[in-house]
Amino acid sequence: MAKNNSLHPNSNGETEDSPNMLVYRKMEDVIARMQDEKNGIPIRTVKSFLSKIPSVFSVEALHLGTLMAAHGYFFPISDHVLTLKDDGTFYRFQTPYFWPSNCWEPENTDYAVYLCKRTMQNKARLELADYEAESLARLQRAFARKWEFIFMQAEAQAKVDKKRDKIERKILDSQERAFWDVHRPVPGCVNTTEVDIKKSSRMKKPHKTRKSVYGLQNDIRSNSPTHTPAPEAKQPTEEELREQIKFWQAQLDRHRLKMSKVAESLLSYTEQYSDYDPFLCTPDPSNPWISDDTTFWEMEASKEPGQTRVRRWGFVINEVLKDPVGREQFLKFLESEFSSENLRFWLAVQELKKRPIREVPTRVQEIWEEFLAAGAPSAINVDSKSYDKTTQNVKDPGRYAFEDAQEHIYKLMKSDSYSRFIRSSAYQELLQAKKKGKSLIPKRLPAVVQSC
Amino acid sequence: MGEMEQLRKEAESLKDEITAARKAVQDLTLQDHVAGTAVVGRVQLKTRKTLRGHLSKIYAVHWGDSKLCVSASQDGKLIVWDSYTTNKVHAIPLKSSWVMTCAYAPSGNMVACGGLDNMCSIYNLKGKDGNVKVMRELAAHTGYLSCCRFLNDNEIITSSGDCTCVLWDIETGSQKTVFAGHLGDCMSLGVAPDFNTFISGACDFTAKLWDIRDGQCRQTFGGHESDINAIGFFPNGNAVITGSDDASCKLYDLRSDQELITYQDSGIMCGVTSLAPSFSGRLILAGYDDFNCNIWDSLKAERVGVLSGHDNRVSCIGVTPDGMACCTGSWDSFLKIWN
Repeated sequence: MAKNNSLHPNSNGETEDSPNMLVYRKMEDVIARMQDEKNGIPIRTVKSFLSKIPSVFSVEALHLGTLMAAHGYFFPISDHVLTLKDDGTFYRFQTPYFWPSNCWEPENTDYAVYLCKRTMQNKARLELADYEAESLARLQRAFARKWEFIFMQAEAQAKVDKKRDKIERKILDSQERAFWDVHRPVPGCVNTTEVDIKKSSRMKKPHKTRKSVYGLQNDIRSNSPTHTPAPEAKQPTEEELREQIKFWQAQLDRHRLKMSKVAESLLSYTEQYSDYDPFLCTPDPSNPWISDDTTFWEMEASKEPGQTRVRRWGFVINEVLKDPVGREQFLKFLESEFSSENLRFWLAVQELKKRPIREVPTRVQEIWEEFLAAGAPSAINVDSKSYDKTTQNVKDPGRYAFEDAQEHIYKLMKSDSYSRFIRSSAYQELLQAKKKGKSLIPKRLPAVVQSC
Repeated sequence: MGEMEQLRKEAESLKDEITAARKAVQDLTLQDHVAGTAVVGRVQLKTRKTLRGHLSKIYAVHWGDSKLCVSASQDGKLIVWDSYTTNKVHAIPLKSSWVMTCAYAPSGNMVACGGLDNMCSIYNLKGKDGNVKVMRELAAHTGYLSCCRFLNDNEIITSSGDCTCVLWDIETGSQKTVFAGHLGDCMSLGVAPDFNTFISGACDFTAKLWDIRDGQCRQTFGGHESDINAIGFFPNGNAVITGSDDASCKLYDLRSDQELITYQDSGIMCGVTSLAPSFSGRLILAGYDDFNCNIWDSLKAERVGVLSGHDNRVSCIGVTPDGMACCTGSWDSFLKIWN
């Protein structure tokens, strides 16, 4: 599937568009469909305003609509707050000039011109709201030296507006106001132009973000922090290409499991563990967050494992190794058979990997002496290849000195000791233990209705 | 034909062969296999607790155990909460308020955070005098710190806007391994359940699987059309879930080396900011820019629930290790616990 160039990063990871552009394009698609003459939303002229009448909205539509309104694609004609409500309010579409996809980052000078212009127009209809009056006062102080110029711009704008047709003026005024509602929102409203700081440091498009809404010249605008120009697209060097080829060759050579097997494994995993998923099944005895009863946590912390917990040990060896009580029981069983050296080795190597680096060499030596050296007290049986590799590793000891040996021992335990443990009477007894007559079968939550 | 030209051709043809090899194992899609399975019924989670205390946008939250979690906010604070009682166990003032990530050590002894200061700061929660102090400042990244996760009390992995991930030795404060290969800012990372590998999602639209021991990139997954903001392992450790600005989440399987399924809906237009699987992996909870969190049936790829209650973007989400509850953090400065 061919990908649109602007969406795919070049070799430097630079993209043409900001991540938000994807969102804006989707919204504009919906707007286009809404505005379609044949199938879109009916538009009526009401009292000399061009408005649309909303039909009954579903919860989903309200949510989506509010989102689009918050971004400024349409707006209520008589409210600063940009939401969509199912109460018969009238809305108007925003003109494409003001769409967020044009990457507006209007300066305060533009806002000052706008507010100043509002004070020059017909006061009754366009009186400033309290927060706007405060903003204007602040801007007058901030731009005290440039104020004459700003005033002149505002006057010029107001003159142009007066020449317009009355209806056109009302529409444009409302669209302009909606634009500023997005970029200078009413206090308490969410500012949808806020960008995640992780993304904002990557948005480097000076020619898009620096244009003025009212075409003001550069000389009166304060300098924004400079955006560094995007670095030149780098072609990979010969060495990098060779590395890439090596990587891709290794990728090609890797074994891939059939999708059917993978799908089966995912399905069986989720089915097996669904009984233990508190979002799908009520935990036994209860979910402490819902019942305010912390028995579940107390049981988890105690040395006496409940049946459901013991049952999990039977799924796969990792479940026993993960659970401290499981490990203890497994070790106890093996000790009773005088075959605990494998597990003890495995546990020692796990613990080694968490040690601070300065303790590692000593510990490696200790483990070697205990389990692998000639005449070791807890000698383990490792294949010769792993043994030779480990002998080498121990000479320059690091955290992963025993990786090969550990993997070999893990496989042994999995196929041998673990299956014996699960079949042992010790394990079976733990599994059968009945606590206060509670059943082994977990309860499915009533909300989870099996639908097809 | 020049040497470079030849190499480029070789690289391209290898990529084509890999695409073909991936296709060759597609004997059945996940959808086909689960066609007979019922969709999980409607999942309705309720807010059980609201954690109030931050004064500004919350950028990150991470669970330490079934009750304790740590959150980071632009108000310049790290708060450790006992979410069950809603008490603040620690309120740690940060040197830099531009924090983007936080993490709780599995031992419960430490927390870490970082952001625009390009550093990962480690705080000792169990100091002798009871005060929480900076234990280490891990500095070497040349870009912002987007995510960090402890392996144990001695090792931590970080991802950065400088396009690399790093494994640090906390005691010495040095970089043990640098994982380089992404072509865009690394936004998020997740550690495998067995702690041998980790995954990273980046602004080059790909996710990479790294071997912690030898520093190599083992696998790369593409398919997203925009930045990958969130990434996590499926609980079985064999699959990876990603969330992107292209408004979709994807499930990639490590053993078949490809994408299994995409979670998207034409009614969802906003980017995914965060995600977390439920305990069994059957549900995927994902936070979006449109202030909601959607719950997906991971096998059937259908939306089975919504968490709505935040008044601004959901920036982070996490499920407790025992799966009992999930926590959402938002730009509205609140954390909510749901189940």
